[in-house]
Amino acid sequence: MRNMADTWPLVLQGVTFAPRGQPLLGPIDLTLAGSGRTVIVGPNGAGKSLLLRLCHGLLAPSAGRIRAGTLGSPEQVVVRRRQALVFQRPVMLRRSVLANVRYPLQVQGLGRRQSRQRALAALERVGLVELAGRSARVLSGGEQQRLALARAWVLRPEVLFLDEPTSALDPATTQAVEAAIRQFDDHGTRIVMVTHNLGQARRLGDDCLFLAGGRLVERSPAASLLTHPSTPEAVRFLTAEQGIEPVVANPV
Amino acid sequence: MIEAFASAFGLMLTGDAELLGIVGLSLRVSLSAVFFASLLALPIGAAVALFQFPGRGAVIVLLNALMGLPPVVAGLMVYLLLSRAGPLGELGLLFTPTAMVIVQSLLIFPIVAALTRQIISDLWAEYRDQLTSLGAGRLRAIPTLLWDGRYSLITALLAGFGRAVAEVGAVLIVGGNIAGVTRVMTTAIALETNKGNLTLALALGIILMLITLLVNGLAYGLGEFSRQRYGG
Repeated sequence: MRNMADTWPLVLQGVTFAPRGQPLLGPIDLTLAGSGRTVIVGPNGAGKSLLLRLCHGLLAPSAGRIRAGTLGSPEQVVVRRRQALVFQRPVMLRRSVLANVRYPLQVQGLGRRQSRQRALAALERVGLVELAGRSARVLSGGEQQRLALARAWVLRPEVLFLDEPTSALDPATTQAVEAAIRQFDDHGTRIVMVTHNLGQARRLGDDCLFLAGGRLVERSPAASLLTHPSTPEAVRFLTAEQGIEPVVANPV
Repeated sequence: MIEAFASAFGLMLTGDAELLGIVGLSLRVSLSAVFFASLLALPIGAAVALFQFPGRGAVIVLLNALMGLPPVVAGLMVYLLLSRAGPLGELGLLFTPTAMVIVQSLLIFPIVAALTRQIISDLWAEYRDQLTSLGAGRLRAIPTLLWDGRYSLITALLAGFGRAVAEVGAVLIVGGNIAGVTRVMTTAIALETNKGNLTLALALGIILMLITLLVNGLAYGLGEFSRQRYGG
């Protein structure tokens, strides 16, 4: 078991995000603890990506507090170094595939040889080692997403946030990305993932959060929430997402 | 006129020593000026793009405004600094190639700094969250952004070089157009035209035009290369 006392659990207390006074998220009280993968579902504009960015420290809450770990309050930058976030549209640096994966290691001050070895191992894991010398920005969407996972993997994060990592990918590529995500889990990395794909939420989720209108509306085990939601908002969302026609009382 | 053109091409093809000397000095002075100006302008432009500080808006306006600094004004300022009665008069730099490098650096600095700020600002808007997530703070991001914006930045350097190699007023004031010492292409063209020596003036004019074309061709080629290799 990895020692994650600095990064896990993640506790949000009364967190709101309201830039220029305009409330976009919260207040949210939430504890992410224990093992297993957490999936976050909800309609567009629910605040799912904002929640990830707040947890990762890319945004500061307007009110409330986010606490990571059990050892008091380590600095945000220290916590972030032990987390990784894979964006919906990851930005590829204008460099080779290998240089993209080496970059975070160089930021951490790792030497040339060691960073190269670790980067190649990470690329091997996502099946991109043969493309190591190619420019990262000319890769396909699926390859870029796998490269983003390798770039996260190389950091050996304790917590991995994923923001709709397969939103623009075909089923075969989605499967490859999901397999890579499972590898993180196998190595004890805590996964917190936003997804619009309910099938994916069922396949990968243990714990499930449902957000709507900037609020945490429901939280249950994924198997339960995705089949028997208990709030009207979640019922409406799941009905629409699964393409089931609502029952019409008096059809014309 | 045709005869003058023919003589000018003759000078170029035979590798006339005076012509080559003037072209060589022009390139040395302007390339040195680009080098020294860039040492400061690249990091300063990037820092202005990334950091918030009091007076930042005024600095940006000043850099943009100084892109149009009249060369004769720059020449006058450096002349006053380097003249015998000036604060740096004892260095004896007036009417030397070093003085010309200084004044051209002054002209290039705002161009490179202002363009760098714009290029790095755009890149930072794209990279910010990703770099922060990968552990790079703003200071660490500066070399990253300068490297990833290298093709656009080279275009900025070429713009600075183009400005320096083509200006006449500043180098005339601080260089003095001394034959064999501080005579560069633009000052030589002005002098030889006044003297009626159109052959040398035309030859230098053609070379200057070719250099300008080459610089613009390089800028275009680099842009295309960057687009093809990195998608912009």
